[in-house]
Amino acid sequence: MPVEYIPRTRELYSGYKPYRWVVNEATPPWAPLRKPLAQSKLAMIGSGGILYRDQPRFHREDASYRLIPKSATEDELGIWHFGYRTADAEADPNCVFPLARLRELEAAGVIGELADPAYSFMGGVYSARKIREELAPRIADELHKAHVDAFYLVPA
Amino acid sequence: MTSALDITQAVNPPRAVFVNYPLGHQTGKPHQPDLQRQIVRDALEAFETISRPGTIVELPYVWDVNDRQWETTDYTGDFLPPRPPKEDADLVEEERRSRFTK
Repeated sequence: MPVEYIPRTRELYSGYKPYRWVVNEATPPWAPLRKPLAQSKLAMIGSGGILYRDQPRFHREDASYRLIPKSATEDELGIWHFGYRTADAEADPNCVFPLARLRELEAAGVIGELADPAYSFMGGVYSARKIREELAPRIADELHKAHVDAFYLVPA
Repeated sequence: MTSALDITQAVNPPRAVFVNYPLGHQTGKPHQPDLQRQIVRDALEAFETISRPGTIVELPYVWDVNDRQWETTDYTGDFLPPRPPKEDADLVEEERRSRFTK
């Protein structure tokens, strides 16, 4: 049975004010893929707190993001995140930020083009409003400017 | 991509793919590139197969076929690492960055 994270988070953070989860009941907006994936430009976004080389780390309630060159190697990526156990992802960032795998899928023609850069933020932000009103529009703006056809979001 | 099914059901994104792995492994286990590639590939395939907004595709990957205990014990009790004192955190940060600022 999949873990029920909402009740477990309530227990784990029982010393805090109960978190108000985002609940969207309306049918979500729909943007069909306009061309096959093999011809599409795909951007990668990860919220696992990935950092490139000497980029400054994230902080609690940090709604900033980092640009990660698509050529970044595992050795060049670090992590700052407080909300999950990061040991495995530190040993191999592809556990939460599969840039190397996406490069391979680009080379194999599964995706038309992997957008450069990829985008990284730290998902442990308490304020959903901050994400909705500050972070998401900024990244959406970047994606529009980069003319991507689709983005692949890996939350962590 | 998600490993937290109930949270994703509540958020209700247009498309999602669920992998039942512990948090921090949404796209696979460390140093298993074939597994990671297959998971990412399966996830991307959903761009072309999902046609109803709000669909969550559940992928068949199992973390450990002999042990499902993690589902009961993970993300409970002492899951969250203790917060290091600020000086320690600053030191770790400095060390990480200094590797690239020579």
